[in-house]
Amino acid sequence: MENLKETCLYDSHLALGAQMSPFGGFIMPIQYSGIIPEHNAVRQHCGMFDVSHMGEISVSGPDAAAFLDYIFTNDVSGLEPWHARYGMMLYPDGGVVDDLLVYRLDAPGSYMLVVNASNIEKDFEWICAAAAGRDVQVKDRSGDFGQIALQGPDSEAVAAKELGMDLSSLVFYTFCETEFEGEKVVASRSGYTGEDGFEFYGSPSVIRRIWSALLAAKVTPCGLGCRDTLRFEAGLPLYGHELGPDISPLEAGLGIFVKTSKPDFIGKSAVLALKEAGLERKLVGIELQDKAVPRAGYPVEHDSAQVGTVTTGYISISTGKSVCMAFIDTAFAEKGTMVGVRIRRKLFPGTVCARRFYECRYRK
Amino acid sequence: MSRIIEGLSYSESHEWVKVDGDIATIGISDFAQKSMGSIVYVDMPEEDDRIEQNEEFGAVESVKAASDLYSPVSGVVTERNAALEDEPGLLNKDPYTNWIIRVRMDNPAEIEALMDAAAYSEFVAGQE
Repeated sequence: MENLKETCLYDSHLALGAQMSPFGGFIMPIQYSGIIPEHNAVRQHCGMFDVSHMGEISVSGPDAAAFLDYIFTNDVSGLEPWHARYGMMLYPDGGVVDDLLVYRLDAPGSYMLVVNASNIEKDFEWICAAAAGRDVQVKDRSGDFGQIALQGPDSEAVAAKELGMDLSSLVFYTFCETEFEGEKVVASRSGYTGEDGFEFYGSPSVIRRIWSALLAAKVTPCGLGCRDTLRFEAGLPLYGHELGPDISPLEAGLGIFVKTSKPDFIGKSAVLALKEAGLERKLVGIELQDKAVPRAGYPVEHDSAQVGTVTTGYISISTGKSVCMAFIDTAFAEKGTMVGVRIRRKLFPGTVCARRFYECRYRK
Repeated sequence: MSRIIEGLSYSESHEWVKVDGDIATIGISDFAQKSMGSIVYVDMPEEDDRIEQNEEFGAVESVKAASDLYSPVSGVVTERNAALEDEPGLLNKDPYTNWIIRVRMDNPAEIEALMDAAAYSEFVAGQE
């Protein structure tokens, strides 16, 4: 068994009796009170997640913007200070190295990349290799930061009342520097649940104190279990399921984060070639008629032939419907197409639909 | 500690069986429902389906995972607990009154291969 890393909030998870499990090289809380009550807390009020396992990589220097425009699919040169953008790093063949957030910090030529825990080392090596000969410094800062996501419609009010942070001026995908008990914290209006909310970055000690303050205020601690049910309902991809080295962002429906108008970026020619050739498969939503749980890896069928594969599926906690995301041959990707998902021995009929199962409530 | 009821027979895959003549009523133990968490779906066989001892006959699903059900006996399904279709969480509330299927057994002697409450207590203690 590999050596699992602990986040700065590990002791608190144990004290709260969390069910712990390995994830992305870390030992992480899957649930505390249960996935369903935690999910509902985020949808109805707010909940908090330890997301300290996420990686932070700083890129800075005179050439940083141009360099990031070359390794990242979204536009970086046009990014204002205190703004963040979502996008991907691609391999030359158009597969996905990782999906990530790029934050433009206030200091000139200074950026922070927030990447998936399971990809930290791979991303760091990839970025360093691409940076050879360029006037940029790349540092893995993952060990310097803890991170808490406070998510749900009550997040702004809770941050004001319990943390003394007035974050009302932030809109989605912007951030600011603030403090908690005299120590610096970065607060970003972002998250991965389909709800309004914030992500706080700070030293392990200040992150522990914020966590304790929110716990004392009875904010629901939430595990990775409901983080997955929430992001799934919001139609957000998870690396390893809807994204990966063998998946194009176009197939995953993430073309709007791939700016082919940029002069060049790694993977651009592959993206253009795929656009020209047309997609063979697409990520869609499927809603089953009857209750059953379509899980990752289950076949999607049409006329007794397999035409796709489920990537993530649940009985949606917010709507009660049996739904999944699946990659499906383009010929069957039209909304309204009747397909079936094979669950153990039985074929469950369903209909292709949008892959967002929940109306997101971001503060734009 | 999970609850274990006297007078039932238990399998190593955490199903319980209550025998009444040649009819076996089958459910899952308190240990099983606790380790699964909130149950959101129960996949049950149809009436008149044949099931075989130690073979999969359905599944109980929590939010995150599916757990196969293994039959402690061989026979023909005579009844499925339709209440679980609308309210699978009944298995969390009381896994012993909320049975899953009833089976007409081919060979009631198969029960002898299962554990009694005392043996199952010991078996579960080794897993808790």
